[in-house]
Amino acid sequence: MEFWIELVVSVFLVVGAVFVLIGSLGLAKLPDFYTRLHGPTKATTLGMGCLLAASVILVTYQQGYLSLHELLITLFLLITAPVTAHMLAKTAMHHNLEILDKTSNKALTKRARDRINP
Amino acid sequence: MTTKPSFHLLPMPMHSVILFIAWLLLNNTVAPGHLVLGAFLAIAIPLLTSGMQDPQPGFRKPIATIRYVLMVIFDIIVANFEVAVLVIGPAKKLQPAFVAIPLDIEHELPITILASTVSLTPGTVSAEISEDKKWLYVHVLNLTNEEELIALIKHRYERPLKEIFKC
Repeated sequence: MEFWIELVVSVFLVVGAVFVLIGSLGLAKLPDFYTRLHGPTKATTLGMGCLLAASVILVTYQQGYLSLHELLITLFLLITAPVTAHMLAKTAMHHNLEILDKTSNKALTKRARDRINP
Repeated sequence: MTTKPSFHLLPMPMHSVILFIAWLLLNNTVAPGHLVLGAFLAIAIPLLTSGMQDPQPGFRKPIATIRYVLMVIFDIIVANFEVAVLVIGPAKKLQPAFVAIPLDIEHELPITILASTVSLTPGTVSAEISEDKKWLYVHVLNLTNEEELIALIKHRYERPLKEIFKC
């Protein structure tokens, strides 16, 4: 395999892995449920995007045809990640989960729970 | 009184195109057999499911739609770096907050797209929507200025969506 293809693929793999790691780190170290949600919804999308880009380049080069079903995975990820985050945040809110003390506008959760205007 | 339903071979043309492309991408091929099977599915599935459809405003402006998608992809990359920095940095410095964003757009599809965009982009996760669909409640990981955030979301994401859906 040519050197520059190896280089591009490895850069994508490393960058993707770093972002997925940071996302998981956020899930582990942030203080409360709502802040923890941010790690996996954001850092992970770019991480997965990079890993899948590496897969597109590698498979296309090795097999000799354009491999695009990774695009479909990216698309499904982009559609499902925000929906999952929304459902989790909503459930947490309705279960009265503990909120970090320094969170501003904490009173809003009560209004949000009853789905009325602030 | 019910009107007699008229028969269309393609009740949802956009869905048919998406299904066809998704089938080919899933199988990673353009072999003739899969072209036929994909076309069959792209016609049969909308015929079976069109009755369950809830009418939604369509994408009126294709160029504005493409511009919006590209902008969101760019913003996702930026947001990823921002959140990564916040995650690595000290947790004590974070200032989480709940913010209510007033909505100007109506209908479920545009609001869903706005809520998803907000979840994917600037350090916010949408959490709940008011009963009358006029307010979106979001959780912010690190709030610096509430008015600025609301203005950013309204100006950068809601305005183009309003233009695309004409609502």
